[in-house]
Amino acid sequence: MRSPDAVRDEFVDNKAGVTDVRPKVKIRKSGLVLVILSIVLIVVFLWSFTVGRFAVPLPELLTVFFRKIFGLPATWSDTTETVLFNIRIPRIIVALIIGAALSASGAAYQGLFRNPMVSPDILGASAGAGFGAAMAILMSGSALTIQLAAFSCGIIAVMLTYFVSKLIGKANNSVLILVLTGMVVSSLFSAFISLAKYTADPNNKLPEIAYWLMGGLTSITAKNISMMLIPFTIGIIPILLLRYKLNALAFGEEEAQALGVDTKKIRFVYIICATLLTASSVAAGGMIGWVGLVIPHLARMLVGPNLKYMLPASVLLGGAYLLLIDDISRTFFTVEIPLSILTAIIGAPFFIYLLAKGRNSWT
Amino acid sequence: MILEVKAASFGYAKRTVLRNISFKVATGEFLCLLGPNGVGKTTLFKSILGFLDVRAGEVTLDGQNIKKWSKPRLAKAIGYVPQAHTPPFPYTVLDVILMGRMAHLGLFSSPSREDVKIAEESLEKLSISFLKNMTYTEISGGERQMVLIARAITQKPQLLILDEPTSNLDYGNQVRVLLQIRKLSDQGISILMTSHFPNHAFLCCPKVVLLNKNGFEVGTTDDLITESNMKDTYGINVKIAKIDDHGVDIKSCVPLTN
Repeated sequence: MRSPDAVRDEFVDNKAGVTDVRPKVKIRKSGLVLVILSIVLIVVFLWSFTVGRFAVPLPELLTVFFRKIFGLPATWSDTTETVLFNIRIPRIIVALIIGAALSASGAAYQGLFRNPMVSPDILGASAGAGFGAAMAILMSGSALTIQLAAFSCGIIAVMLTYFVSKLIGKANNSVLILVLTGMVVSSLFSAFISLAKYTADPNNKLPEIAYWLMGGLTSITAKNISMMLIPFTIGIIPILLLRYKLNALAFGEEEAQALGVDTKKIRFVYIICATLLTASSVAAGGMIGWVGLVIPHLARMLVGPNLKYMLPASVLLGGAYLLLIDDISRTFFTVEIPLSILTAIIGAPFFIYLLAKGRNSWT
Repeated sequence: MILEVKAASFGYAKRTVLRNISFKVATGEFLCLLGPNGVGKTTLFKSILGFLDVRAGEVTLDGQNIKKWSKPRLAKAIGYVPQAHTPPFPYTVLDVILMGRMAHLGLFSSPSREDVKIAEESLEKLSISFLKNMTYTEISGGERQMVLIARAITQKPQLLILDEPTSNLDYGNQVRVLLQIRKLSDQGISILMTSHFPNHAFLCCPKVVLLNKNGFEVGTTDDLITESNMKDTYGINVKIAKIDDHGVDIKSCVPLTN
């Protein structure tokens, strides 16, 4: 048996006089990273209770959890009970879910469309949901109506994208047509949002729409958890289960088929699931940008592009990230800063940093 | 396994590229597809691989029409080596080769230790084990091509379809890749490959399918690669030379300037 080096030298491209710049061998411990990320998530989760107004110190928090789980009588004040269970826990859980959902659909879409510049709103889900919310606010709908309108309009927008692209697309470049149609539908719904704003009463409706679109979790209550959990569960399970197969699509439609992957079916399932996740996130928390774009990049840097690790890493990181952002939003300033502002202010420089540091994670 | 193309026409909805094509690839046979640009070599491959519908006639594997076969079933029978290109994400070489196991995995599963072993065997078979933990997007073009061949044999197919496996490779790597492919055919895998160089057929393929404006022809390499056929196919004058290498005749196709 020849030494690997001898074999390798034989195969090195013939570049006389050029110094051999061989890529370095990288071995990743992706499983370990996932464990660490889970721990980070738990730490951020617990820490979130101990900051902001009505902060609950960690020992008391653990006592409450412990006694609740084992059905022991309360040793804490009624105020703590109300703050914890009606305000704090719902908000923390919803932040986790939205962060995880946006990151998972961003990671899925980046794989599906073979493009690391793709974010969850690529097919129009966010713009559609924003329009639904704006219309509901215009018609003085309740919080529940606004949320339902946003959710359904998000889904309608993606359906529109999907069927229009089916109608005009040819078999060969269907993905390109899909993405381009998504851009068209997005800007169409953005125009509808502007129209809604334009016709809105500038004294009460207009600021309400504007504020809703900026995103925030101020009004989250216990009811929101159940409203989010259903689409989240339905959406995230197939995304996680099928994730290994999605890897093949990085090599293009035909190669993936030759590897034995039914690309049409898998694409359809992923679009439905990612849409459920995105539309329900926007419905609950408004248009929160950047998370679905930045987090998959960070995950890819940590565990590599293999979706077997990259998708769970995105879910864990996304949950922790948005929770942290929401903690900052409600604690650092006297007035709550809308989430989309913070995700952009923190996300944009962070993204530049990622690009500068890990150039090879996407080129 | 026997691949049979029976009176088949290939092409797109509005344009049929190839008409009434028939040929056969038997177990362990090595067939080289020669023809000028745009004659339909890629279309033929895409149709056999199920990317395009066969317009007329049929394509069979061991007598069974493959039209209704599921993607995993087809992938277990036919492996495809495309021209190497760079994917948008920096997968490791092992990641890429393991994707060859996808057709064998359940819908929700990912590769097991067993699959990793099969992938490592493919690496060893092609003498490229040293690439295993490197990043696929950072290795050279020749190495990438070898990795794609390794991925295809990790699929454990009975027929391998290679689309110009030597394009973008330097002279030495072209020959090395071809000799590796010939080794695979010696091991009983049927090979169907396209090439732009008649010399590649002289080097390793006993049989040739010639596609040109006159239609198509199947035959042995010696019969089909002739000076007049090359003129008909590529529109240039060539000389078929014989070189004696220790008593063995080696043929070569040399282009002429007039």
